[in-house]
Amino acid sequence: MIQLEGISKSFKVAERSAGFKQAAKALFVRKHRTVEALSDISFTINEGEIVGYIGPNGAGKSTTIKVMSGVLVPDRGKCSIMGYNPWKDRAAYVKNIGVVFGQRSQLWWDVPVIDSYELLRDIYKIPRAEYKSNLDMLIDTLDLQSIIHMPVRQLSLGQRMRCEIAASLLHSPKVLFLDEPTIGLDAVSKIAVRQFIKTINEQKGVTVILTTHDMHDIEALANRILMIGKGTLLYDGSLQELRSRFGTQRTITIDFERHGQPVYIAGTEQLSWTPERAVYSFDNEQIQVAQVIAKLSEQVNLLDVSIDTKPIDEIIVQLYKEHQI
Amino acid sequence: MSAYLSVIRLRFINGLQYRTAAIAGLSTQLFFGLIFIMVFVAFYSGTAKTLPMSLSEVVTYVWLQQIFLSLIMLWARDNEIFGLITGGNIAYELCRPVQLYGFWSAKLLAQRLANVVLRCLPITAVVFLLPQPYRMSLPQSWTSFILFLISLLLGLLVVVAISMLIYISVFWTMSPTGSIMMIAVASELLAGMIIPIPLMPEWLQKITFILPFRWTVDFPFRVYSGHIPPAEALWGILIQLFWIAVLAGFGMWCLRTALRKVVIQGG
Repeated sequence: MIQLEGISKSFKVAERSAGFKQAAKALFVRKHRTVEALSDISFTINEGEIVGYIGPNGAGKSTTIKVMSGVLVPDRGKCSIMGYNPWKDRAAYVKNIGVVFGQRSQLWWDVPVIDSYELLRDIYKIPRAEYKSNLDMLIDTLDLQSIIHMPVRQLSLGQRMRCEIAASLLHSPKVLFLDEPTIGLDAVSKIAVRQFIKTINEQKGVTVILTTHDMHDIEALANRILMIGKGTLLYDGSLQELRSRFGTQRTITIDFERHGQPVYIAGTEQLSWTPERAVYSFDNEQIQVAQVIAKLSEQVNLLDVSIDTKPIDEIIVQLYKEHQI
Repeated sequence: MSAYLSVIRLRFINGLQYRTAAIAGLSTQLFFGLIFIMVFVAFYSGTAKTLPMSLSEVVTYVWLQQIFLSLIMLWARDNEIFGLITGGNIAYELCRPVQLYGFWSAKLLAQRLANVVLRCLPITAVVFLLPQPYRMSLPQSWTSFILFLISLLLGLLVVVAISMLIYISVFWTMSPTGSIMMIAVASELLAGMIIPIPLMPEWLQKITFILPFRWTVDFPFRVYSGHIPPAEALWGILIQLFWIAVLAGFGMWCLRTALRKVVIQGG
C-alpha cells in the first residue's frame, strides 16, 4: 500500500557563530551547510498496519511524514502510496489521506470547531450522509459533544488535539499520518487518543503511521516499529523482537523480614539493599527467575516479590546508543 | 457548496466577530475623509484655474475611498497567510485537495468583503447627510452606477491578485514587511489614494497609466461620478480584465515555483 524507495532529502541551513562580529560578517559572507535530512529511506507498509515511526529529535521523522503526505518534494527516490505519487498527484492523492501534525493546528482559531469541520466537508466534497455518519461517530468516540461548539482558542490542548484528529478523519481517509499526536497531552487524553486510533484501525481498516517520542504510544498501538536516526532507517521490525533482543534483563524487588547482612546471589547484580528491601537485576537467559527466588528465599524470609522487565524507554535508549545517534 | 465559497463564508463569519474593530475603523474613516476634503476645499478655493475635476467630484471620490477602503487598500495584511508560510502551518494547506492560489485568493477576497460589509452602510448613511460641500453626491446615472459596481469588483480582483504576489514573495523573504512597505508607498500614490490621478502632473499620470494600480481606485470611483463616461468605462473594464489575467497568471506561476522548493519552517 505504501512503498518508499531510496527517498533522500537535504536542506540548506544558514549558520553562524554567536556575537555581533559574526553577525556583521554574515552580512557579507554566508556560510551554508547541507543537512541530509533523509538519505536512502526505503520501506513498505501494508494495508491495515499500525506502524510506529520513532527516532530522536531531528532524525527525519517529520520530514518523512511530509514527503509521504505530498507536502515536501524529495531530492531523489520513488514513493508510491495507493498507486499515487504524493507530490506529483498531490491534489488527487491527498483526498485519500488524513494528516495530523501534533505541533500545528488546522482548525480556525476564532470560530467554533464545527465551522472548521464544515469547511473541510466542502473542501473534500464529502457527501452529506457520509459527513454526518462520520461526524457522529467521531463525536461519540472522541467525546466531542460538549466542545464542538466552542471557539478553538478556548479549548485546552487535549480537547483541541481530539478535535484535530477528528478533523483529519472526516473524509474517511484510508491512510492516517499522525505526527506526534500525543505531544503535551495528559494521561487521560493520551489513553483516549490511543484507544481511538486502535478503534479506527480495527473497525475501518485505516492504515496508521504515527511518530512519537512516547514509547507507551508505541507499546499500546504499533505492531511494527521503524526506527530512523540521522536520516537513515536503522530498525524495521516488531516490538517483541526488539524486546527479546534487548529485553532479557529483569529486575527483582523483594521485601523481607528484617535481615542484618546483605545477601548476594551469584549471577545477579545487587542494585540496592536495605535491611527490609532489596533490588537485584539479572539476565533472564543466564539465570531463571525461579532460581533467583529460590536462592533468595533460602537466606531471607520473603514477604513480597515483584519482577519487572526493562522499560521500553530504556531499550530504545540502548538502541539509539548502539547506532550512535 | 464549493470549497471556495465555503472558505469565503467562514472568513465572513470570522470577520463578523470583530465588531469593535469595525466601529473603530468607522470613526477613523469618517475622520480621515473629512480631513482630506478640508484640504481639497482649501486647495480649490485658493486657485483661479479650472481644474480637471470639480470639487463635488473630488468629494465623492474621497468618500468612496473611505467607504470601500477595505476593498481597495493594498497594505492591508492578512497575518494568517503570512503565519502559514513563516510558521510552517502551510503543511496543512498542502494536504488539502484544492488549488492553493484559488484557495488563498478566496480567503483574501472574503476578508475584504467581510470588512467592507460591516463598515460601508453606516458610513454611506452619514456621508449622504453631511452639509455641503462635504456631502457625497449620487452617481451620475444608473448606467454609471452599474459600471461602477462592475469596475469596483474587478478592481477588487486586481487588488487581490497584487496582494497574492506579496504573499508569495514571503516564501523567499520570510518577512512581509518589506514587500508591504514597497507596495504600500507605490500603490498609495499610483492608485490615486492620495490625490485623484487627473490632478497629478502629466508625467506622473503617464506612469500611472502603464501600471495596474489606478484600475483599483481611480478608475471605479471616477466611473461613479461620471468623470469617466460610460463608453470609456467599458474600455477600462477590458483593461481591468487584462490586468487580472496577467497578474493572476504570473502569481500562479510564482506559487508553483515556490512550492516546488518549499521548506516547511519549524520542523
